[in-house]
Amino acid sequence: MRMVDWKTRPISRRSALGAAAALGAVGVGAAAGRPDAAEHAGSGAMHDGGTASMHGGHGENRVVGEVDHSRNGFDPAEILTDFDYGEIKSDENGRTVREWVVTAVDKEIEIAPGVFFPAWTFDGRIPGPALRCVEGEHLRIVFQNGSSHAHSMHFHGIHSARMDGVPGAGMVNPGEDFVYEFDARPFGCHLYHCHALPLKRHIHKGMYGTFIVDPDPDRHPEARDAALGRRHGTPENAGWQEFVMVMNGVDTNFDDENEFYAVNTIPFAYFDKPIRIERSRPVRVYLVNITEFDPINSFHLHANFFDYYDHGTTLTPTLRTIDTVMQCQAQRGILEFSFADFEPGLYMFHAHQSEFAELGWMSHFEVV
Amino acid sequence: MAKSWIWIALPVAALVAVLAFLLIGRPLAPLTETAPPVEEVAVETVDLEPGMISLNVRADGSGPVTIAQVQVDGAWRMFSASPSPTIDRLGTARIDIPYPWIEGETHHVLLLTSTGVGFEHTIDVALPRHAMNGESLFRLALIGVLLGFVPVAIGLLAYPAIRAAGQNVVHFMLALTVGLLLYLFVDTIGEGLELGAEALGRLRGTTVVWVAAGLTLIALLAVGRRGGKAPEGIRLAFFIALGIGLHNLGEGLVVGAALATGAAALATFLVVGFIVHNVTEGIGIAAPLATRERPSLAAFAGLAALAGLPAMVGVLLGTGAVNPYWAALCFGVGAGAILQVVIEVAAFMMRQGGSGVLVAPAGAAGVVAGLVVMYTTALLV
Repeated sequence: MRMVDWKTRPISRRSALGAAAALGAVGVGAAAGRPDAAEHAGSGAMHDGGTASMHGGHGENRVVGEVDHSRNGFDPAEILTDFDYGEIKSDENGRTVREWVVTAVDKEIEIAPGVFFPAWTFDGRIPGPALRCVEGEHLRIVFQNGSSHAHSMHFHGIHSARMDGVPGAGMVNPGEDFVYEFDARPFGCHLYHCHALPLKRHIHKGMYGTFIVDPDPDRHPEARDAALGRRHGTPENAGWQEFVMVMNGVDTNFDDENEFYAVNTIPFAYFDKPIRIERSRPVRVYLVNITEFDPINSFHLHANFFDYYDHGTTLTPTLRTIDTVMQCQAQRGILEFSFADFEPGLYMFHAHQSEFAELGWMSHFEVV
Repeated sequence: MAKSWIWIALPVAALVAVLAFLLIGRPLAPLTETAPPVEEVAVETVDLEPGMISLNVRADGSGPVTIAQVQVDGAWRMFSASPSPTIDRLGTARIDIPYPWIEGETHHVLLLTSTGVGFEHTIDVALPRHAMNGESLFRLALIGVLLGFVPVAIGLLAYPAIRAAGQNVVHFMLALTVGLLLYLFVDTIGEGLELGAEALGRLRGTTVVWVAAGLTLIALLAVGRRGGKAPEGIRLAFFIALGIGLHNLGEGLVVGAALATGAAALATFLVVGFIVHNVTEGIGIAAPLATRERPSLAAFAGLAALAGLPAMVGVLLGTGAVNPYWAALCFGVGAGAILQVVIEVAAFMMRQGGSGVLVAPAGAAGVVAGLVVMYTTALLV
């Protein structure tokens, strides 16, 4: 409850000083004998600016200390680009198969400097491995449950009911395993997550990851160049700087509200250690929102605009020239932009829910 | 003789053995190893200076508690902790948070421990700690004197009137004293319990209020009846003044804290209310002197000072950051002192007018009038 009307405060404060002097009794809490008081009251609204210039902008909105990434077993700087292409094999019918082995692990994660969270993970990291394949390939995901709870991998993609990774189809008990098998379609930027119940708990504990299906250029003659730029392993794709960003939150005290927000889990990670970008090469961000508890999350880029491909399932942008995009939970998309001809320097990007930004989802690109 | 010595040593040895078994043998370890740590953090005092929020916090738990991160108004903030962010059981730390807090507004602080548990504290109205100089001290002292000494002295002015009145009026006035003291007792205990509840759970702030009240009551009864005689006349008036003085110390703390945390706008109402309220206290002190020879003026001044000046001390202390635990203890002592006087005044009346004096018309009316007057005038505060 606000007991004082801040809009009229500077005026009422000054008039209160006069009254205080007259009464001879009121002045204690007001300004009697405090040379700095009137100045302080009057300049209240300007404090932020003053502090900002003294401490280098945003400097004091941060977490204190550093996360031990090696103890966690994953580093947000590496998670940005460590696409997991699995292993190409031939199955018993001689058909080519792309195969991954993913293991569920219970693990204590240092979720922010000095704050430890009893997480459930895929392969000991949050987000789990960014599985990347090409449209039309046959996929096998061998899921081993090394956790103390039943889990599953539910892929956002096209597959049969048996492969859905939900209670009754592909739920895996501790110590057991299951092979999810389907064809890679549609192309786009997708995700997978555990679909065990209670769903909210299994998601916010950390069981999710990115699932990227690159378009097959041969199937898209009408937009072959765009498809080549997206398909990994081509010279056209090599020109791009690609990053995976999973917008997530962590509820450390289990009150169904997130204490920390971030892309790729660790708050302020890319604020302190900016993501390096070469001006000469275009940028592509695979953006996934898996934030639990809050209806939406968003991505806002400073000083620049981007084209957006919702779900990544098209080769022409679904939104052009925007600088902010919002996603509900499980919504995802591809952002494409360029810093060519820009002045080198630090360019912010963050959630444009100020609340999320100040709780950790605040980052920098360092354009060189 | 030798045998009885063994029966002291044996229980002590047995106790040591059991404690050693629990602490060294750790038979309960399997129970506690998997249990999540229990943590509690209480903010005891808040200190605001331009651009800086400082908190004194006390921690409790199954092990040391580490303050890992700090939020202000829903944003993670830079902070420093001294002597250390890791606080032992019942230990304290000072948390300094550079923050552009805004005068007159509400701010929310959240302390997040290493286990991810958050402890919230709300600064209802942010006001800077005022630098104490001669002028502000004088002003505070003036408020204190107006709150306590002045009204008690005014009440004592009624002494000649009480003295001139008949037996029934004296009984009525004494019963009025009992009534007003009963009101103060309930009020003091209530304030104490409220503050005690703010202290860290293990410190049992609310229990401390009752224990302090009990100990004070017993001690003052014993001192008052030293020599085998219950206090009467000027000695009884002295104890009444002492009890009221301790109550007013607590009252002063509350007023001082209110002035420091934003109720400054109410200061005039507060002072007017307390003056009306506390005049009755002066009458209460005067009542047991009615049947005696008139004491000296110096004695009256002393009684007024004893009952009234602690309010001034309270105001001065209260404008600083008050630790709720010590404040609760203070209220407990005050309540005990008041209860002692209730007992002694009632005993005095019974010696004078028989055991039924308090339920006789004059007595009953006095008690009721005391309670009603105190409640009614408290509405002004």
